[in-house]
Amino acid sequence: MKILRNKIGIEKEIEEFLNCVSRSGMIFRQGCDYYLAGNQEDFSRKLKEISDCEHAGDQLRRSVNEYLYKKTLIPESRGDVMELMENMDSLLDRFKGALWRFEIEQPYLCEEFHEDFRNLINSVIEATEAIVLSCRAFFTDISTVSAHLHKVSYWESESDKISSKLQSAIFRNKDLRLSHQRQQQDFARHLDKIADRAEDISDRLNIYTIKRSL
Amino acid sequence: MFSVFLSSGFFLGWSLGANDASNVFGTAVGSRMIRFRTAAIYCSIFVILGAVISGAGASHTLGKLGAVNAVAGAFIVAFSAALSVYLMTMARFPVSTSQAIVGAIIGWNFFSGSVTDMGALTKIVSTWVLCPLLAAGIAVVFYLATSFSINHFRVHMFRLDLITRYSLLLAGIFGSYALGANNIANVMGVFVPVAPFDTLSIFGMSLSPAQQLFFLGGVAIAVGVFTYSKRVMLTVGSGIFGLTPVAAAVVVWSHSAVLFLFSSQALEAWLQGHNLPTIPLVPVSSSQAIVGAVIGIGLLKGGRGIKWRTVAGITSSWVSTPVIAALVCFVSLFFLQNVFQQQTFKPVEYSISKAAMDKIKETGIPHEGLEEILWENYPNSREFARAVSARVHLGKDDFSELLQLAELFEVGVSARSLDVLRSEGLAIPDELFAAKLDGRTFMHKWEIREVLAEISEKFRYRDGDDSWNVQVDERFNRFFSELEN
Repeated sequence: MKILRNKIGIEKEIEEFLNCVSRSGMIFRQGCDYYLAGNQEDFSRKLKEISDCEHAGDQLRRSVNEYLYKKTLIPESRGDVMELMENMDSLLDRFKGALWRFEIEQPYLCEEFHEDFRNLINSVIEATEAIVLSCRAFFTDISTVSAHLHKVSYWESESDKISSKLQSAIFRNKDLRLSHQRQQQDFARHLDKIADRAEDISDRLNIYTIKRSL
Repeated sequence: MFSVFLSSGFFLGWSLGANDASNVFGTAVGSRMIRFRTAAIYCSIFVILGAVISGAGASHTLGKLGAVNAVAGAFIVAFSAALSVYLMTMARFPVSTSQAIVGAIIGWNFFSGSVTDMGALTKIVSTWVLCPLLAAGIAVVFYLATSFSINHFRVHMFRLDLITRYSLLLAGIFGSYALGANNIANVMGVFVPVAPFDTLSIFGMSLSPAQQLFFLGGVAIAVGVFTYSKRVMLTVGSGIFGLTPVAAAVVVWSHSAVLFLFSSQALEAWLQGHNLPTIPLVPVSSSQAIVGAVIGIGLLKGGRGIKWRTVAGITSSWVSTPVIAALVCFVSLFFLQNVFQQQTFKPVEYSISKAAMDKIKETGIPHEGLEEILWENYPNSREFARAVSARVHLGKDDFSELLQLAELFEVGVSARSLDVLRSEGLAIPDELFAAKLDGRTFMHKWEIREVLAEISEKFRYRDGDDSWNVQVDERFNRFFSELEN
C-alpha cells in the first residue's frame, strides 16, 4: 500500500509541476498586459508570482527526479520523463526571464504594435497550453498525445507569422529610432523563441510516445 | 551408487536453471524492474513446488517413449542430453532440453534394442511445433486485451509501472511453477523407473519416490538459478527483447500459460470432464515458447523486426538437437557398457505365450500368422517387432498393445508381496490374497494387472480419466519393481 501511496504522490507532483508551467504562461500574459497598460504595481505583483511559480516548479522537478532514481521507477522511460520535465522547466524559465527583461530593460513598445504583441503572446501561451496538455496525455492517455501535439505546431507557426509581420512593421516605422526598433525586434524574437521551444519539446515528446507505444 | 549416477540429472537440472530461468525472469531483471535476488528466490521456490506438485504429468509421457530400466542407462541419457544442450549452446543454436532428452531416450532405445513408441513420439514432436504456435496465439490475445485495457482505463504511467512490476513478478512466479512442472520430466524423468526410494512422509504429507526425485531436480534447478542465471538474465533482458516492459510481461504470461497447458493434470481432467479435446502433457521448450510469443507480437505489429534466422534456427533444432543427443547417447552407452562394464539396460524379453495369444484374440488385434511365432522367445522388442511385421501388418496402437501382451515378466508372488500391496493402501484380506495371488507364477505383467484389478478398484483403469490412470500405472510400476527385487 505504501508503494501505491508513493505512486499517487509522484503522480500528484508531476500534475503540480505541469500546473506550474501552465500557470506561468497565464501569469506571463497578465504581466505583459499590465506592462503594456503601464500598470507597474500589478506588473510587479505578477513578477513576484512568476518567480514563486518558477521556484515551486524547480522544487517539484527535483523531487520527481530524485524519486524516479531512488525507487528505480519506469526504468525504460525514466530518462525520457526527466528530459521532458527539464524541457518543460525551460519554458517556465523563459516566461520568467521574459517578464524580468521587461522589468530590467523597461523597453519602449510603440502603441501601434501593442495589439500585435498581445497576439504574439497569445499564440505563445496557446502553444504552451497545448504542450502541457500533450504532456498530461503522455502520462495518462498515450493514445491522445498526437491530438494535442499538432496544436503545438499550429500555434508555433502562428507565432512565427505574427512575429515576422511585427518585426517588418517595426523596421518599416521610420519614426522610431534604430535602438527602439532593435529592442522591440529583440522582444518579439524572444517571445517567438518560447513557441519554438514548445515545438522542439513536442518533437521530442513525439519520439518518447513512439518509444512508449506498446 | 545411485547418487553418483544421479549427478548427470543434477547437471542437466543445473543447466536448465541457469538457462531457462532467464526466460521467466530475464526481462524483469534485465530491465531492472525486479532485483535479481528477489527473482532468484521466487524462481527457486516455485520451480521446486511446480516440480513436486505437478511434475508427474509430463514425465509420464516421456516414460512412455522409453522406460530406461537401468540406473547407468538413465545416467547416460541425462548426461547426453546435458552435453548436447551444452554443445548446442556453445554453437549458438537455440536449444531445448526437452528435445535433447527425447533424442537421448531414442538413442537408449536403439542401444537396448527397444522399440520407440511411435504414438508417444508423434505426440511429443507435434507439441514442439504446437508450442511456439500456441505461444504466439496466446501472446496476440493477451497483447490485444492488455492494449485495450490500458487505453480504455487510461492508466497513469506510474500506476502502469506498478502494475507491470507486479505482473512481471506474478508471471515469473507462474512461469517458474509451470517450468518446474513441465521441464522436471526432462531432468529427472529417466530416473523415475530406477529410483530406489521409498514413499516418504513429512508433516503428514507423503512424497512418492518420483516426487522425491523431482524435489532433488528442483533443487538442482534452483542452484542453477542462483549460481549462473544472472548473466543470462541480463543478456536476455537487454539483448533479445526489443519490447516495452508491458509487452515483455505479456510475453512471459503467454510462455507460462503454454507451459502450464502442457503440464497441468488438473486442466486435463477438467477438459475430459467437459468432453473437450485434451492437450498432451509433454515437456516443451521454454525458450521456444518465449520466442513464439515474441514472434506473435511481432506479427501483430506488422511483422517488422522479426528475426527470421531465429525462426529457422528453431525449426532446424527440432531435428538437429534430438539427432545429436541420440548419437551422443548411443556412443556413450557403448563406452559405459563395454569399457566400464556397467549395465545400461535390463533386457526385456518378448514371447507370445498361450495366454497372450488368447488375450490377443480377445482384444481383436489382427493375429493371422502370429501362431507361427507362438512360444518363440525374442531378446528385445526390436527383434520381436521384426518377427511380427514379417507376418502381420499392425497399426501403431495395435502394435503397442501387442508389445504389452507379449512382454515377459516371469515372477512368483510370495507373502512379501502382500506387504507391498498394503503399503499402497490396499486393504486386501489374507484369504483373498491367498486365493488369487499367493504362490502363483505369472508370465506377463498384464496377467498380474488383471488379477489386481479384480481385487481392488485402486488397480482398475478408468476410461477417459488420464490422471487416475497415471496413478494406477505408478502403483503397478512400484509393485512390479518390488516383485523384481
